[in-house]
Amino acid sequence: MPSSSASSTPTSTLTWISWFCSLPGHEYFCEVQEDFIEDDFNLTGLNSLVPFWKEAMEMVLDVEPDEDSSKIPDVSIVEASAELLYGLVHQRYIITRQGLQAMADKYEGGIFGSCPRVYCQGCYVVPCGRSDLPGLDTVKLYCPNCHDIYVPPSSRFQALPGAFFGTTFAHLFFQSYRELAPAPFYKPPTATSPGRSPHSNGSESVSSHDEPFVNPNPYGGQKRAAGKVYVPRIYGFRVSERAKSGPRMFWLRLRPENHEELDMVDWRGRWIDEVDDDDDFDEDDDEDDRPMEDFDPVSK
Amino acid sequence: MLRRTVEELSTGSDSDYSNSWISWFLSSKGNEYFCEVEEDYILDRFNLTGLNTEVANYSQALDLITDNLDDEIQDELRGSLDVQARLLYGLIHARWIVTARGLAKMLEKYKKADFGRCPRVLCQSQPLLPVGLTDIPYEKSVKLYCARCEDIYSPKSSRHGSIDGAYFGTSFPHLLFLVYPHLIPPKSGPPDVSAASGSTSTSGGREEGGKRVAGRRAREEVDVGVAEGVGEGASTAAAAMKADRYRPKIFGFHVHEIAKLQRWQEAVRDKQVVKLEEIDV
Repeated sequence: MPSSSASSTPTSTLTWISWFCSLPGHEYFCEVQEDFIEDDFNLTGLNSLVPFWKEAMEMVLDVEPDEDSSKIPDVSIVEASAELLYGLVHQRYIITRQGLQAMADKYEGGIFGSCPRVYCQGCYVVPCGRSDLPGLDTVKLYCPNCHDIYVPPSSRFQALPGAFFGTTFAHLFFQSYRELAPAPFYKPPTATSPGRSPHSNGSESVSSHDEPFVNPNPYGGQKRAAGKVYVPRIYGFRVSERAKSGPRMFWLRLRPENHEELDMVDWRGRWIDEVDDDDDFDEDDDEDDRPMEDFDPVSK
Repeated sequence: MLRRTVEELSTGSDSDYSNSWISWFLSSKGNEYFCEVEEDYILDRFNLTGLNTEVANYSQALDLITDNLDDEIQDELRGSLDVQARLLYGLIHARWIVTARGLAKMLEKYKKADFGRCPRVLCQSQPLLPVGLTDIPYEKSVKLYCARCEDIYSPKSSRHGSIDGAYFGTSFPHLLFLVYPHLIPPKSGPPDVSAASGSTSTSGGREEGGKRVAGRRAREEVDVGVAEGVGEGASTAAAAMKADRYRPKIFGFHVHEIAKLQRWQEAVRDKQVVKLEEIDV
């Protein structure tokens, strides 16, 4: 996996880090500042994970190797170590203030791509690992709107270790940039307004949602969510939940209409007040299906 | 019959001009989602009711798809007629794939994962099915339905992303699982490969047996082909309880607002499960 990309060596004008981040398939990486790597405190524990530690450090920091480095049998081994070292440092760097900012710049440029789910309406995603240790899983993409993870669309990224981004980054990122995090509730547009997608896509947001979006929870996501849920239909009729093939998974994407509804479930996941009846979410379905936006704003 | 055997062997695009319009269309790049509409179906005018108002130059377009077009007309109208023929074929296709034989043909493609696999990590590469968001042409492009998470996704490739969703229709995937309930994928675990491999062997035998006969028998044979597969004969009322979901964590701790939303969603799920178990689906 990573060693394949490092077959050529950087030119003299470019640092190893800039060169590494510019390789095809490395678009998700941001450039870690050299002084972050030079601070040993930031590297605590990594030397047990990376073979040829000293040589790898020299390569990453563009330090001229000592003369005794000739005992390394093959430079490609050091290259692999350098990539591993850089990836693991990257995992730590991107949860620092500067690292988060560097990733935010990439995020807003859409470098990580958008959610493949149709009703997330092209919400940008961030890279996300499923493990903090290397060698277990490849990088995934986390969508803050549906809170789910996806396989990167291009095979270029499907070999990238997830540990180079870590399990925490994606969520700390949206905790730090609350204006980028969609809120956990969604009120469908009212019947009088034309069907509207509730966010970003430029021209779409003008007509119905003039008023600024406010999440009553000041610590919550401050972006209007894309809350539509797909409703399967046959010849225009909703597939009944009584059918064996009926809808079973709509809850996975469902949002309550307002913030207060979230408090109707206690910390154990039970309804606090059982009086409200069962069809409150059926109404959501009716509302959800109405809006239609421009021909295909989402597909890549 | 001869035409069909040739068409199955050919892979190029331009060389197929000599065969038939449909086989040329199916083999051109980007049209991998379409299946072959049987000629009998197209030739039965009843199946085309109303399409003459949707398609300009309807009769020439129909002649073009059925390879009955005069050569001299072909030169004048060629360009625009090709667009109309694609539209007509697409609209016929949307009707065809909800027939018993059409469903069976699309099922073969589904088992080969011709429509791609679900990008959601926890769906574990579940094969997808094409679906439209409207039955009216020129409105929305085709989307892909995952029967595991029951959600829709945009095709990865722009080649497929620009296909009109009306060529598949809004009903197709849901009708498929209504007709073949035993194919409803489980909500957890890897997708059933045994079903897929079983089907390739039966389909191989069927090609030789001649399509006409096979078409009529298709449904029984498919049933045999996947009987050893999913085998979820029982109720699906509590199926959602087995679904995996991703839980965002920061340094191992749940993220408050997201965890709260997820608890609410699961409470909605539990409510549905209780309700369905009461009426016993």
